[in-house]
Amino acid sequence: MSSPSWPRCATDRRAMLGGLLALSLVRPAGATPEALAAAMREFTGGAAPLPGGVTLDIPPLVENGNAVPVGVEVESPMTEADHVRAIALFNERNPLPNVITARLGPWSGAARLSTRIRLATSQRLIAVAALSDGSYRMAEQQVVVTLAACIEG
Amino acid sequence: MVRTLLRVPATARSGEVIEIRTLIAHPMETGFRPGADGTVQPRDIIRRFTCRFNNREVFAAELHPAVAANPYLTFTLRVEESGILAFTWEGDNGFSQTETRPIAVA
Amino acid sequence: MGSPRPRRGRSRWLEALACAGALLLLGAGPRSGYETMTPQLRAMQDDDLSNPGMLAVAEGEALFAREGCAGCHTAEAMRGVAARYPALDRASQAPIDLSGRIAQCREKRQQRPPLPREGPAMLALTAFVAHQSRGLPLQPDPRLAEARRQGEALFRERRGQLNLSCAQCHDDNAGRRLAGSLIPEGHPNGYPLYRLEWQALGSLQRRLRNCLVGVRSEPFPPGAPDYVALEAYLVARARGLLVETPAIRP
Ligand code: HEC
Ligand code: HEC
Repeated sequence: MSSPSWPRCATDRRAMLGGLLALSLVRPAGATPEALAAAMREFTGGAAPLPGGVTLDIPPLVENGNAVPVGVEVESPMTEADHVRAIALFNERNPLPNVITARLGPWSGAARLSTRIRLATSQRLIAVAALSDGSYRMAEQQVVVTLAACIEG
Repeated sequence: MVRTLLRVPATARSGEVIEIRTLIAHPMETGFRPGADGTVQPRDIIRRFTCRFNNREVFAAELHPAVAANPYLTFTLRVEESGILAFTWEGDNGFSQTETRPIAVA
Repeated sequence: MGSPRPRRGRSRWLEALACAGALLLLGAGPRSGYETMTPQLRAMQDDDLSNPGMLAVAEGEALFAREGCAGCHTAEAMRGVAARYPALDRASQAPIDLSGRIAQCREKRQQRPPLPREGPAMLALTAFVAHQSRGLPLQPDPRLAEARRQGEALFRERRGQLNLSCAQCHDDNAGRRLAGSLIPEGHPNGYPLYRLEWQALGSLQRRLRNCLVGVRSEPFPPGAPDYVALEAYLVARARGLLVETPAIRP
């Protein structure tokens, strides 16, 4: 469908830079796959996380990438002997691969957190949990971002 | 001092797992965004959040520019005794703010 | 403003709208922008602790005390006020919006320097006052018939390089998608509100500027009476919708 659509923005491209789009304009490629892999390696100390046991709750389709609610929950009894030590969230296409890294422990009672994040574009999110036995678990989720029509006037 | 909103139960049973919710007014300027004059705005983010219970760290988080403006963060804690929860946000340009909340555990 | 454009470009544009193929919602009565948001954004608005607009309301509450408003008003007395603004200012016999009234109290009754209209302090005070009316239905001021007429004319007038009127989007195409965003009916019942695109709280006038610039027309100058006239019409058009301040919008 070829059509003049709602002007992505305002009067000129500079105004457009006011928005989150700038993230992708300044560094068009976003984090490289290597940067993402390196960030995850740094968190796991090189161990490969296994899928399962982690729930990554993020809407598959978001209207605006500036504040996307995300929740992570890890199955764990959260005892001295068996608990989650840390939870980290990574992204694929923002300028930097890290989002947030949280430290917790058996005193947390549950391995659950939520926050709101920025997504420069449609991409994959990855949550990794560090368990007390030294192993790592992960979950991933693809998110489609449809930006708001007008960035700023 | 910036505005914060905190939701912490005022009372809890011993051994109960409570949910703590926090919100703080902060632009989380990414350091990648050009301003009106075309130059990139310097990064200004909250880098670290900690929660201490009776002076012992019970939750900590490192934040990156991908955390949305006005950071919202929720987490859990099992409480065994009454005490004071202290929440601290620290970041670029010397930003540091602490808020406290009492909790009575029966 | 309102420069003519070759027919072809415009009809292609309308075709694009039609292609977007989203359902046109034929409900009875006005539908708040809230109704068409995702469940996640509605949840963000509904829960005060996750609504970043509440940070501004808390700031406004502190300012209300610190800036001396509480010397003459109570917060309780502010309940219902925002629901009937814009109102007629008796002294000037002209319509005045809520921020204009607050500015008047500050400058005329307190003899204090003006606050920038879109600055954080004025936004916070306006948000705090308007929040006191949350859940109350909009009740257009009956004395503003003339301003409403002007506002309606502005709403129906084609403008900008795209030669589009507010009505073409918000009456004729509400519920359809435009380049990824849903066109709401365009109601003023949540302001000041936290717009994700702004990553901040903003005023109705800022929102209207966004739409004016969106059709590539020159926005009215800041504080122009055209904004208050448009607001007077928008409020009448939204009659009965509940005040949501501070709303969330994408
Ligand atoms: C010296 C007393 C005084 C102070 C201080 C004052 N006001 Fe007022 N305010 C009034 C009076 C009197 C009116 C009624 C004006 C009228 O109806 O013409 C009024 C009207 C209003 C209204 C409109 C109420 C309505 O029913 O339409 C609002 C809103 C308001 N004030 C907010 C504020 C805020 C916010 C501040 C602090 C920045 C403030 N006022 C400070 C005296 C004061
Ligand atoms: C080309 C279509 C288009 C035109 C023309 C247009 N708008 Fe909008 N308007 C939108 C869209 C789309 C949104 C939703 C926000 C977004 O994603 O940009 C919106 C949002 C709004 C809102 C906010 C509604 C809410 O729930 O907060 C108001 C109010 C509004 N418009 C009023 C107007 C007025 C007044 C005019 C004329 C001066 C106008 N619009 C012209 C497309 C348009």
